[in-house]
Amino acid sequence: MEQYRMNPNKGLEFGIYTLGDHLPNPLKGERISAEQRIHEIIEYAKSAEQAGVDFFSVGESHQEYFATQAHSVVLSAIAQATEKIKIGSSSTIISTSDPVRVYEDFSTIDLISKGRTEIVAGRASRIGLFKLLGYDVSDYEDLYEEKFDLLLKINEEENVNWRGKFRAPLENAQVIPRPQNGSLPIWRAVGGTPASAIKAGIAGVPMFMAHLGGPVSVFKRTVDAYREAARRSGHDPSNLPVATAGFFYAAETTQQALKDLYPHINEGMKKTNGQGFSKQLFAQGADRRNIMNVGSPQEIIEKILYQHEQFGHQRYIAQIDFGGMPFDKLQKNLEIIGTEIIPAIKKYTAKD
Amino acid sequence: MKVVGLSGSIVGSKTRTAMNYTIQSISDNYPDAEVTLIDLADYQIPFSDGRNYLEYEGDTKYVTQTIMDADAIIIGTPIFQASIPATLKNVFDLLPQQAFLDKVVSIIVTAGSSKHYLIPEQQLKPILTYMKAQIVQRYAFIEEKDFYRKEITNDDVLMRLDRLVEDTMVLTETYTKMREAEEAKYDF
Repeated sequence: MEQYRMNPNKGLEFGIYTLGDHLPNPLKGERISAEQRIHEIIEYAKSAEQAGVDFFSVGESHQEYFATQAHSVVLSAIAQATEKIKIGSSSTIISTSDPVRVYEDFSTIDLISKGRTEIVAGRASRIGLFKLLGYDVSDYEDLYEEKFDLLLKINEEENVNWRGKFRAPLENAQVIPRPQNGSLPIWRAVGGTPASAIKAGIAGVPMFMAHLGGPVSVFKRTVDAYREAARRSGHDPSNLPVATAGFFYAAETTQQALKDLYPHINEGMKKTNGQGFSKQLFAQGADRRNIMNVGSPQEIIEKILYQHEQFGHQRYIAQIDFGGMPFDKLQKNLEIIGTEIIPAIKKYTAKD
Repeated sequence: MKVVGLSGSIVGSKTRTAMNYTIQSISDNYPDAEVTLIDLADYQIPFSDGRNYLEYEGDTKYVTQTIMDADAIIIGTPIFQASIPATLKNVFDLLPQQAFLDKVVSIIVTAGSSKHYLIPEQQLKPILTYMKAQIVQRYAFIEEKDFYRKEITNDDVLMRLDRLVEDTMVLTETYTKMREAEEAKYDF
């Protein structure tokens, strides 16, 4: 775990992630400017740090209704604006990037942040960026695997010898600057299905599992499949951190939380995915056995502890800002997270 | 209410003939309904490559978006090689997994032989069910002998099509009210 800068004795880490979506607030029908959105994301990270949040990450999506295509640039601003919160990507689309450049960027951010930076590498849930960036979508799987492997290799060796299909060979190539502590924690982004988790397990790398809604028991199968695959491939699962990431919203009552959040999720999903979110499924999100952390602070604490008991994960990452959620609501959530939720989950999960 | 007629083949005239009558029947009897006919013969649509429908452009974007925006869809299909045409299956493949959630779908079939009667039951309905459609259970099955020079000549068929339109509209209205009542319970 140390290699990944995780200390389970300190209890479950609480993180926040944003996809960098840039959607109208459905209650007002208006969208803030991309400039304002980016500044608010940086402010969001600063406030998260003040609230005692452990980790903050920003994602990359090259499509309409998103503003952080250059997520590493935004992360470097966050690195400068913060002092102790860990930062990372959620995720970096490694398939359509050059791993050498990604590593240069992130080790630079690591130096700016003085050793707080991590990479979560994903394969994109949408394919528009393949065309935009000049890749063939029929290489979807191969691009990801090859580039992810190269990224890991660069992390392990400063001078790299490598040969592959999608990039010019590297002959004793020096990839610098190196991160503050020699290497970066590199996670594999997993969409929630066991098939994808098994690949992360085989690779023996930490898993960042994103999810929408559904029973915890279903996602437990994914976590179990990951650890089992790691074990079979000769990796010790107890050295491999697991993070889960999904919708979060706290309000005074669970009913209020559902009411505040639903229009953002429903309208946001319509615009980004082409279909809204069923009210019936959303209502089930309030159930204690459901993985969506929406509710009163006490309900959420119990849900996160239940998830921790089931998954044995090291980090939970909340997505609060999707769908044009206004900044004051984010601040209010951070206040609840800092004063009620984090103290409670640390109390019950820390070992010392 | 948005109703889309989808004529699922790019060859032949019988399905289109039946769809023309059906669309006219909706316009005559339900003037408030917003009706669109999509005849796949009029569009250039590539095979699905698995991307989200929002990421297509041109004809493909238009056809998928129009279907996704509909409250009710009336699918017209011929029977080719004892199944639905590939062009129609491709439309399903282009759409999200639960594309027909909260939509009513009804079926009109034109076939060369009565021996094909159970094909929509056994091959089309399972796809629609998987995609979460509310299906109008009775479909209109029309045989070659019911047509003469791009017109339906069998009054029984015309009346069956009128009834299919009525059933589609009634089910859509009812289902919409039902869903509204269900959703109102949630208070969010």
